[in-house]
Amino acid sequence: MPSPALAAPLGAAAAAIEARHRADVRAGRWRQLGIVLLLLALSLASGWYSEFSAARLLEGLPGVADYIGRTLPVLRAESLGADLREWYWNLGEWLLLLVDTALIAYVGTVVGAGLALLLSFPASARHTPHPALAFAVRRVLETARSVPVLVFALIFVFAFGLGPLPGAMALAVHTMGALGKLYAEIHENAEAAPVEAVRAAGGSWAEQMRFGVLPQSMPGVVSYGLLRFEINVREASILGFVGAGGIGEELYTVVRRFEYADISALVLLILATVTLLDFACTRLRRRITGALSAA
Amino acid sequence: MTARLLSPPALWIGGTLLLLLGLWRLDASPLRLLEGLGKLGWLLVLMVPPSSGGALWELLEALLATLAMAFLGTVLAAIVSFPLAFLGAANVMPLRLLRLGLRRLWDGLRGIDTLIWALVFVAAVGLGPFAGVLAIAVPDIGALSKLFSEAIEAADRRQAEAVRAAGGTRLQTVRFGILPQVAPVLLSQVLYFFESNVRSASILGIVGAGGIGLALSDRLRLNNWDEVAFIVLLILAMVAVIDTASRAIRRRLA
Repeated sequence: MPSPALAAPLGAAAAAIEARHRADVRAGRWRQLGIVLLLLALSLASGWYSEFSAARLLEGLPGVADYIGRTLPVLRAESLGADLREWYWNLGEWLLLLVDTALIAYVGTVVGAGLALLLSFPASARHTPHPALAFAVRRVLETARSVPVLVFALIFVFAFGLGPLPGAMALAVHTMGALGKLYAEIHENAEAAPVEAVRAAGGSWAEQMRFGVLPQSMPGVVSYGLLRFEINVREASILGFVGAGGIGEELYTVVRRFEYADISALVLLILATVTLLDFACTRLRRRITGALSAA
Repeated sequence: MTARLLSPPALWIGGTLLLLLGLWRLDASPLRLLEGLGKLGWLLVLMVPPSSGGALWELLEALLATLAMAFLGTVLAAIVSFPLAFLGAANVMPLRLLRLGLRRLWDGLRGIDTLIWALVFVAAVGLGPFAGVLAIAVPDIGALSKLFSEAIEAADRRQAEAVRAAGGTRLQTVRFGILPQVAPVLLSQVLYFFESNVRSASILGIVGAGGIGLALSDRLRLNNWDEVAFIVLLILAMVAVIDTASRAIRRRLA
């Protein structure tokens, strides 16, 4: 309990603090209102540009629901086996296409990661033989990861012809760009002592990288590589849209031909494959990185 | 047994064999590669110098439409995900079964690629950017709801309990106990998704969902390689600008 002599200045101070707090709250409110209005204006402008509106959305949704409803297969309890067989009538060929899709992703990831690893040493600021080289390599990597995979695929399909080869190459180039940057960052964090030891023993630059840096970076390299493989499986499943192989080609065809039941069958197969490979990769990653960091 | 299967030499051998199998299935003969690389070099020569083909305004408008699709798709996904996320968060929604059901639904939505959704929506609602907006929003609802509900679950319990103890209702607990904690996290996640959606939106046109991708696939079909190069550069510039702006805003939010 403050004494009466102190109460008056305290009261004044409290009033001042209270007033400032209220002013702050009011300013915050105005700012919030400004942001909300800005977002609203942007949304309206965007809606105008993309022919999108709440009315159109409500109008379109039944059509979407109807379309998705049509893709669902007829499954009856009394003839479940036969119905399932009819739904997945082309299962053998689809599974082969899925294996192709996974192989496209695998080849793309391995080749891309290999190139990324080679380029990551000159790209890393700490280990590069020359700063100008690091700058140049980094721009190459940047371009490779900024151009969408599908754009590379379109160009490569033109150069190499239809089929899974241009698809895998498109994935490889994009993977090189994405992983090259990450790998260079991992190398930055390597301890200096092992590298100096290799140099002191007369090791060349390549030997310093191979025996000084790489063993330290290996867990990260493998781990990011496996993560990229998961992403690439998803990408590989749509490469077929532009004729670059895999299950996407079949999906594209059945959607265009309105083979409704086939659409749901294929989408579920892709979903299952992606989930399964994600699961396997997570387990593998845990084991490998565990073993590598223990060693 | 699994330990031996996963030992480094076994992994190397298995990995190499798989690579060889893949190269065989891909039909990657040295001759084909060499021929293709030659053709690729020729294409690169044709790409220089990049040219707008006299349609600069049309291209800029397509770029704006792409941004609009990405923006609306992100906003739509965020609006739908926000309430859904609370229903899927363990500290808000006590019904385990509903939570698990929602989570599986989200897994399904985001497990299917944006471009597959685009293909489906183009078939369902017709060509144009409207299908593109839906194709961006639907998988993002799966991803954002999951991230949102994880952020909500990570919120400090004590603030929610304080509102509870002061006699707050369930809704007030969420509004005053949880929301102020998670709002900055959610906003920065939405911005991050907007960045990635700008990239996705730029290729949606390839399956007929509008935007700059449509212009790109047209030029490719006509073999106008200088214009292809110009459009790719436009896309790269747009992505760089959006990334920089969004990163600046996210840094201020954090």
